[in-house]
Amino acid sequence: MIKVETAKKWLDLFIEQLLENKVYLSELDTAIGDGDHGNNMARGATALKEKLAEKEYDNLTDLLKDTGMVMVSKVGGASGPLYGSAFIEMAKAAKNDEQVALADLLQAGLDGIQKRGKAAQGEKTMVDEWIPVIEDVQNNQLTTEKVDEYVEKTKPIKATKGRASYLGERSIGHIDPGAASSGLLFKTMLKAGVADE
Amino acid sequence: MKKIINDPSAVVDEMVKGLVFAYDGLVEQLPDTNVVHRKADKNGKVGLVSGGGSGHEPSHAGFVGKGMLSAAVCGEVFTSPTPDQILEAIKASDEGQGVFLVIKNYSGDVMNFEMAKDLADMEDIKVEYVVVDDDIAVEDSTYTAGRRGIAGTVLVHKILGAAAEEGASLEELKALGDKVVSSLKSIGLALSPATNPEVGKPGFEIGADEIEFGVGIHGEPGYRREKLQPSASLAEELVTQLKKEFNWQSGDSFALLINGMGATPLMEQFVFTNDVHHLLQKEELDLAFKKVGDYMTSIDMEGISLTLLKIADSKWLDYLNAPVTTIAW
Ligand SMILES: Nc1ncnc2c1ncn2[C@@H]1O[C@H](COP(=O)(O)OP(=O)(O)O)[C@@H](O)[C@H]1O
Ligand SMILES: [Mg+2]
Repeated sequence: MIKVETAKKWLDLFIEQLLENKVYLSELDTAIGDGDHGNNMARGATALKEKLAEKEYDNLTDLLKDTGMVMVSKVGGASGPLYGSAFIEMAKAAKNDEQVALADLLQAGLDGIQKRGKAAQGEKTMVDEWIPVIEDVQNNQLTTEKVDEYVEKTKPIKATKGRASYLGERSIGHIDPGAASSGLLFKTMLKAGVADE
Repeated sequence: MKKIINDPSAVVDEMVKGLVFAYDGLVEQLPDTNVVHRKADKNGKVGLVSGGGSGHEPSHAGFVGKGMLSAAVCGEVFTSPTPDQILEAIKASDEGQGVFLVIKNYSGDVMNFEMAKDLADMEDIKVEYVVVDDDIAVEDSTYTAGRRGIAGTVLVHKILGAAAEEGASLEELKALGDKVVSSLKSIGLALSPATNPEVGKPGFEIGADEIEFGVGIHGEPGYRREKLQPSASLAEELVTQLKKEFNWQSGDSFALLINGMGATPLMEQFVFTNDVHHLLQKEELDLAFKKVGDYMTSIDMEGISLTLLKIADSKWLDYLNAPVTTIAW
């Protein structure tokens, strides 16, 4: 079972990492998008930090739902509705099953992303990070190295969704910024010990 | 970066406040949002809402007013606005007959506006929308996010705004919007990139003696780079691309929009317009409506775009010529 304190620690670390990597994520987006991914996520992180400081959370659902709402209303761009849908769907999964396993929670998040963005695996989006990560969580073998490896693996893909798709062949050779920010989400998840519970 | 700004992350907030102050007879800002809403009497017509990332001024807030948009949602620079703000614009624009949305075709814009539509549905406000995808520089295939929405969007605002003012229903606007968008094509070129104040650096690099055909209004890549050349050959390239798409016949009727990207002086825009005129005259097209100027800019990009709308119904010309009270039409 995922404890709300552990999930809170996860989000705190995620916020910290988003703020720290603002310039890096925007640089990735400059190469194949419009250069705003780091700024978008940092704007969301700053707002989320304020939101989470407002009250003590005693259940996972509220924590994830508030996170989703902040993402939707503050991030903007494509990543706002995508991360927003992910957290809102995770909140629903936690509400339906208080004992929800981490892999199932993340799967609900991925379903939210795919319902909103309609991207399949191999289109060079954050989906390419979520799918293998969830598989590893299921098999209890996710490591920081693997998270990084999956981010790196978006490099050779040719983008067919999102802004990067306008580049066609020229999107090859660059990391997908959304996959990179999702990488931060999963690395902080490991660091906070969410997977150990 | 050399710009007249304060905190780069406050640019949109401060711009909206300045705009609303300057035109307080025409527009107001909805509280706690960056939504610009018209100050016109409500009389039971369909509301028309558009918006998108900022940096394209006068789009879209400049087209808010009687006869055009009911409200415009100003997102962060080059970033789609969020569903909660779009919802506020929808609520303020609803006069009981529903609200029609004009969305430019970008993944982020489409997702955020669709989420806002879902939220409006829950509040029992009927919402329909059209997605504008006039940029022919992009391949329209399953391998891209589809064609981008650029300057032609302003003509959609005008036609739908006039139709709404005339009392068209939500369904009629949907049918009209789809028809106009399928007859609308644009293509642009850039001499130099835009600098997003929040990024602080130009969006792409290009040689001092180079131009790029097909660049998008957020600096998305175009289809070809060449050495700088006279306006007449630039115009020829853009007209040739449009001709391939339209397959026009002599005598066909079109509306023409020549749009500056933000840092291209009107002097150059009119030189280019003169070249386009000669080329289209040779094609024997009937240019029944014409407009030149900065309508859909890309901050400080140097460049220009050419839009043609095939007039499928003479009523569209009446809509284009109908009087409006806005900041920028
Ligand atoms: N349809 C989609 N499905 C899943 N992820 C997507 C989709 N479109 C874009 N993305 C993700 O969003 C990221 C870009 O986010 P961001 O730069 O914040 O928004 P925008 O593209 O509107 O500027 C991409 O790197 C990609 O991972
Ligand atoms: Mg981006």
